[in-house]
Amino acid sequence: MRKFVKKHHLAIRWFHWINFPVLAIMIWSGLLIYWANSVYAIRIDGREIIKFFPKSFYQALHIPFRLAEGMAYHFFFMWLFFLNGLLYVLYTLFSGEWRYLVPRKNSFREAWQVILHDLHIRKTAPPQSKYNAAQRIAYSAIIVMGVGSLLSGLAIYKPVQFQWATWLCGGYESARVVHFVLTIGYCVFFLVHIIQVLLAGWKNFQSMITGIESVASDKEVSIAPKNKSSE
Amino acid sequence: MKEYYFSSRQVKRRTYGSFLFFIIAMALGVYAWKTLRREPQDKGIPVTLRKGLLYNESIFASASPKLIRTYPVSQAAKKVRVNGNLGLRDQTIDTASWRLKWLKANGDTLYFSLNDLMKIKKTEVVFDFKCIEGWSQKTWWGGVKVADFIKYYHLEPDVQQEYASLSTPDKAYYVGLDMPSFLHPQTLLCYEMNGAPLPLNQGYPLRLIIPVKYGIKHLKRIGTIYCSNQRPPDYWAERGYDFYSGH
Repeated sequence: MRKFVKKHHLAIRWFHWINFPVLAIMIWSGLLIYWANSVYAIRIDGREIIKFFPKSFYQALHIPFRLAEGMAYHFFFMWLFFLNGLLYVLYTLFSGEWRYLVPRKNSFREAWQVILHDLHIRKTAPPQSKYNAAQRIAYSAIIVMGVGSLLSGLAIYKPVQFQWATWLCGGYESARVVHFVLTIGYCVFFLVHIIQVLLAGWKNFQSMITGIESVASDKEVSIAPKNKSSE
Repeated sequence: MKEYYFSSRQVKRRTYGSFLFFIIAMALGVYAWKTLRREPQDKGIPVTLRKGLLYNESIFASASPKLIRTYPVSQAAKKVRVNGNLGLRDQTIDTASWRLKWLKANGDTLYFSLNDLMKIKKTEVVFDFKCIEGWSQKTWWGGVKVADFIKYYHLEPDVQQEYASLSTPDKAYYVGLDMPSFLHPQTLLCYEMNGAPLPLNQGYPLRLIIPVKYGIKHLKRIGTIYCSNQRPPDYWAERGYDFYSGH
């Protein structure tokens, strides 16, 4: 007999794995739309440092001249993205799961320590419950970003009927910028997330599918506080 | 977190079960996606996605019409972007003989000269013109409100129908509009831009300005208008775009 924790509830696993392809479709179809007016770039002193996006990037992904298709997909899958996100938020609220997710007073200080630990600069990580401080911040921020994407999306999609959303985003043009920046944010999140999952290893990854994760004995935990066993 | 004790057999069963289910669910997802990609098309997009657009329309179009935000003339762009020339091939317009054709429900055709339109009260609007491509520009237009035009020439019986159809004289470009948007208090039969007659590339002598819609609905150079209970043909909706395309 080994000791296990029920780490991820079935509902959470559903929301997570539904969100993954749906968000991917939203980003892809969003790219088909963005291409039609692909004007953003990071400029320093008038010099273009990064262009969003270079022609070769579009060509490689077969993006050009698919605006209508992009919109059709975007305005269909937006419903799945919205409903899945809404159910996730409601679930975390009513199950009490939010307690593990919402940053606490000292989370912002601890998050640095987690990052330093992950970068092997610091030896010990701060004690944690289900999620460490950096995870709490990241997993809460991603929900705020999701809400931001919905609102800025609505502000672009129906700027007359949802004038308040457009106003909230600082106008029509900046709503589009907000929508775009948030999308870049998802891509960065995804990248960091994948790296962290790879580093955390199989035991952690399989828990997102089975829901359970074996935990070491208490003695081991006190030596290696990174193991997600306390509480 | 609460801890549980599982035997290795229990763990094995759970792991195999979960992964099997996961892989099946993923495969079903991929299958659903491929089915959607291979679906027959309805005017350029898969049938299901077209239904999605119509569903969205049924939700958002039912909201009570709001006025679009307007700006002072000083904020209007001096150089107005030109993004399309569909239906504008003919570069010679004889203003004196030009007529707007209105096809009545009873089969009659009414002809309106530019003067017939200009003698009705002029309305101006400066608004953020939004292109479906994603750019927008504050522009200044003048003309006669569609609602005023209808009232002046007693065309109310015609606009009892659900849709309006507008097309260029050469029929190369045509749009269909839901009646509430066509009659919206900011929709103009427009003959002025930046306080001067419309330039040729902006649809001289008469174009549609319908601020509650994307640019693709702002037909340049109106030739014929009729009302119908059938959804009229729409150039861009036939090419995969949303028929409603409204804000």
